[in-house]
Amino acid sequence: MKALRNLLDKVKPSFEPGGKLSAFQSVFDGFETFLFVPNTTSKTGTHIHDSIDSKRVMSMVVLALIPALLFGMYNVGYQHYLAIGTLPSVSFGEIFLFGFLAVLPKVIVSYLVGLGIEFVVAQWKHEEIQEGYLVSGMLIPLILPVECPLWIMSIAIAFAVIFAKEVFGGTGRNIFNVALITRAFLFFAYPSMMSGDNVWVKTGSVFGIGEGQLVDGFTGATPLGQLMTTSTGEAHLTGITGNALSAWDMVVGLIPGSIGETSVIAIALGAILLLATGIASWKIMASVFVGGSLTALMFNAIGTTPSMLLPWYEHILLGGFAFGAVFMATDPVTSARTENGKYIFGLLLGFMAVVIRVLNPGYPEGMMLAILLLNLFAPLIDYVVVQKNITRRLNRAKVTNDKK
Amino acid sequence: MAEIKNNPLLTPLNLNNPITVQVLGICSALAVTSKLQPALVMGLSVTVIVAFANVIISLIRDTIPNRIRIIVQLVVVATLVTIVSEVLKAYAYDVSLQLSVYVGLIITNCILMGRLEAFAMSNGPWASFLDGIGNGLGYAGILVAVGFVRELFGSGALFGFKIIPQSLYDAGYMNNGLMIMPPMALLLLACIVWYHRSKEKSLQEN
Repeated sequence: MKALRNLLDKVKPSFEPGGKLSAFQSVFDGFETFLFVPNTTSKTGTHIHDSIDSKRVMSMVVLALIPALLFGMYNVGYQHYLAIGTLPSVSFGEIFLFGFLAVLPKVIVSYLVGLGIEFVVAQWKHEEIQEGYLVSGMLIPLILPVECPLWIMSIAIAFAVIFAKEVFGGTGRNIFNVALITRAFLFFAYPSMMSGDNVWVKTGSVFGIGEGQLVDGFTGATPLGQLMTTSTGEAHLTGITGNALSAWDMVVGLIPGSIGETSVIAIALGAILLLATGIASWKIMASVFVGGSLTALMFNAIGTTPSMLLPWYEHILLGGFAFGAVFMATDPVTSARTENGKYIFGLLLGFMAVVIRVLNPGYPEGMMLAILLLNLFAPLIDYVVVQKNITRRLNRAKVTNDKK
Repeated sequence: MAEIKNNPLLTPLNLNNPITVQVLGICSALAVTSKLQPALVMGLSVTVIVAFANVIISLIRDTIPNRIRIIVQLVVVATLVTIVSEVLKAYAYDVSLQLSVYVGLIITNCILMGRLEAFAMSNGPWASFLDGIGNGLGYAGILVAVGFVRELFGSGALFGFKIIPQSLYDAGYMNNGLMIMPPMALLLLACIVWYHRSKEKSLQEN
């Protein structure tokens, strides 16, 4: 650590105005504050000073995403070897290696493209590099299907970072969750790469590893995808080789789906970290689950279609519901900020997610669209809550004045 | 405004562009630009209609009773739109099918009423004609620009001819489905406005 600090201090002068590398000052500053807590604090405006700054907040969220990432890698390998029928003969290491090699390029490209744009913009505007992309860059690979090509992903990331973030003024000013805009762009621009039966399981080999023929009866549809194609009665959800799925399978997460979203256990580990450090709001998280469950129960009561009849606990276990509730709905920038507003925000979000899933035949998964929709309404929710508080206190003031 | 009077033909192309500066006629710009050909035909139709409506209104502007001037303008525009629509059906049937209701809806295009009210009612026929041509072309220019990008990336073609080679598709390239949808047209329009304002400092608002 000391050596690193000394090195940074030694090269620092050449990045300062007048130095020969002054053009890259933002880049240097970004790295320095990423590695060490800066010894300066904000001097103007209203700030709540705390021992934690936004780079540390971001690092904590990235840390919370690690279980989902590691499990996602394992699951990619697991689904692959299951699809080619050699699962019993491969070791844990081989399964993980396959998934690691399949997922790692996505993570690298995601950071390269996103941070590249952030660096260029920061340098161009002579600002500090904003750290918001640290989290988005990790979220994006986790919410994509494993077969999504890298070049398509790069275009979507560039689009999202520029149009959902930089034009609004950068980190902390975006209206919509950047990672979800990436996914929405992909979903509408390249639907064949984001939905259907062929993108959720890596069937080919990666860097020459894991060659093999698909087993008979292979189907790559996700449980929610199967729900859409079942016409009547209760759906019989299956894994990729036709094995029936129990609720426990959905909790563990060895099922096809976006890379990081399948395992509720891994997501729960992240949730515990986020809640213990106080970074994510438990109010939002809890109310999303409550809203989703209640809506699913309501549909169960009146339901006729397979999606309506899906038990409420499977609704919140499947697809991106848990992942979205823990990591995306709680995004402090795009969610409601008032304490009462958080309940409204979460409840409506859970409600919308299940409604879109159940009632719209075009979209098997509603979490993404529900979060984006509620992002849009978050300022309105806050406004109403604040106005209500103002009215309440004004009334109280009036009563006190009248008494005098 | 003096500048506009001085040059009714050229200012609508740039500093007073009906779409990027007056922000009129956005709906049709989103609706017909998914392909280049309908965008071009739409642009030309609007140009013809604005120009002649301007001339007619300018000629009779002193005789129109002020209270019913909007109705008179509407009658003139509707007549011209019907003529253009019939001509398109007769000579360019395929395009008129693609444009469907949007030719008829030129009647409600804000650019028309805007120019008639703001210019033709208070200027002579020749200036009004130039103003109509200028605004129509300013509108058509933006439509063609948006249509170019949308057809190229959304369908891999221009005027219906494949531009992006098959070999690229075989290598994994795919058309961008979002380009076909109206939201992307709005974003492209926003990019054009963005670029335009950054070039023309006088348009920037504080």
